[in-house]
Amino acid sequence: MKTEIEIRVRNLVKKFGNFVANNNLNFDVYKGEIFGFLGANGAGKTTAMRILCGLSHPTSGELTVAGYDIYKQTELIKKNIGYMSQKFSLYDDLNIVENMELYGGIYGMPRKQIKLRVEELLSKLNMEASRKTLIADLPLGWKQKLAFSVAMFHKPRIVFLDEPTGGVDPITRRQFWDLIYQAAHDGITVFVTTHYMDEAEYCDRVTIMVDGRIDALDTPGKLKEKYQAANMNEVFIKVARPDFQMTINN
Amino acid sequence: MISIQNLSKRYKAVDALKSISLEVNANELFGLIGPDGAGKTTLFRILTTLLIADSGKVLLNGLDPILDYKKIREMIGYMPGRFSLYQDLSVEENLNFFATVFDTTIEENYDLIADIYKQIEPFKKRLAGRLSGGMKQKLALSCALIHKPKILILDEPTTGVDAVSRMEFWQMLKRLQQKGITILVSTPYMDEASLCDRVGLIQNGQILTVDTPQNITNGFPKKLWAINANNKFQLINDLRSHPKTATVYPFGEFVHVTTKENEPEINEIISYLESKGNQGVYSEEIGASIEDCFMELMNTSINN
Repeated sequence: MKTEIEIRVRNLVKKFGNFVANNNLNFDVYKGEIFGFLGANGAGKTTAMRILCGLSHPTSGELTVAGYDIYKQTELIKKNIGYMSQKFSLYDDLNIVENMELYGGIYGMPRKQIKLRVEELLSKLNMEASRKTLIADLPLGWKQKLAFSVAMFHKPRIVFLDEPTGGVDPITRRQFWDLIYQAAHDGITVFVTTHYMDEAEYCDRVTIMVDGRIDALDTPGKLKEKYQAANMNEVFIKVARPDFQMTINN
Repeated sequence: MISIQNLSKRYKAVDALKSISLEVNANELFGLIGPDGAGKTTLFRILTTLLIADSGKVLLNGLDPILDYKKIREMIGYMPGRFSLYQDLSVEENLNFFATVFDTTIEENYDLIADIYKQIEPFKKRLAGRLSGGMKQKLALSCALIHKPKILILDEPTTGVDAVSRMEFWQMLKRLQQKGITILVSTPYMDEASLCDRVGLIQNGQILTVDTPQNITNGFPKKLWAINANNKFQLINDLRSHPKTATVYPFGEFVHVTTKENEPEINEIISYLESKGNQGVYSEEIGASIEDCFMELMNTSINN
């Protein structure tokens, strides 16, 4: 049972004018947990994630990330987290090593440590022979794995993954989740958003956001029991769209 | 309705399409299933007269995309991969624009788009750029249908959209199919394959197979097992370390396993798992899904 708290959120509210994007969110994320953040588009997931990454301030509420206060210690939070998204990760016109060195520098790592870490990652990913290849010339699957490793370059306590496996082939998608499992096993807390409901099953616990609120938060197993659902896809439908009629047979 | 023969297209160093062939029948709902980079968008751009192939032959309703491009453009509705309508025009203005470009009016073919458009009609004065993802989809679909096309070509219309909106979108497509339209859709979501009449699985510029979803899943060449245990990470590692397992892939709650000899000594594997300390071990022989088949075909083509 995981008990050490890495992220603590109390009464988080975020408003944009009159629009309440995050409506009184309360949750904890434990160290080494794979925490799934689900919800329809527009439910408020990205808003919440940006706040947790220190990129945006809450309207009100208390948050600590990696033990640091969201209002007073934002820069310390950024040093202790990693972030990877489908939309942006690596620089296409730099090669593998150059990207790693760039991020190492941004995270404030000393030069010697960066050099060691570059070799360690290249070996782990089996990309030693391709160290000078430009990112633009890599297959998508390689880019995904590389982007994840670079998000973890400075060995952060928490890594935020924003729909990391969108559009990727099913084998690469699973290899990517091997990396996530390994990271969690090594004690890194993984906060992941996804639209793939089978990936929700890989998480230790899952939240489902609806219209700015958290309407479900538990293990996949307990959610399926509570909602009498065969899988997370059904749970999602029951929580996020209880009015929806399944008229298509699979 | 659509005939594609030995079509090839190369971009600098990349072979986007490697002599692919496929047929789409009239009034069919055909799914082109494959990940990013497989060649789906390239193929669709060639079909919609936006790109010229290097070699091969293409016919849409008997028309050639190079010689008869104008006639084809009047006959097809196209929804490209990214939202491509005018962000600074309202919903109504976008629809009017497309109707005018095709020399028709919103009223003329309204019955075709009625149940889609009704869902966004309350927002008809809103700028398209301010719509949610699901509403943008509905608007784009309405604009693609406004001139009553014979063929609808949709490039990843459900990418990045939540699971429920995806289901709703496919329900709309089924209803459109009933109105006599031939529909060609691409998607990276394997579960959507089962909603199509036939599917083509595409990877790295090559067609892996074309058939009904049922025939594809029936054709899975091995026995397939779904295994579960309390600690998934340990389960996966232990399964991989057993000499008789061939493929080990997580599939949501379960891990899908095939064995080398295809006469799985499943009891042997279960005993092994239990001896390694796995708790709550459960196993069941199952039928393959489209995703299992896709991965099997990927592995076969990698090994060839």
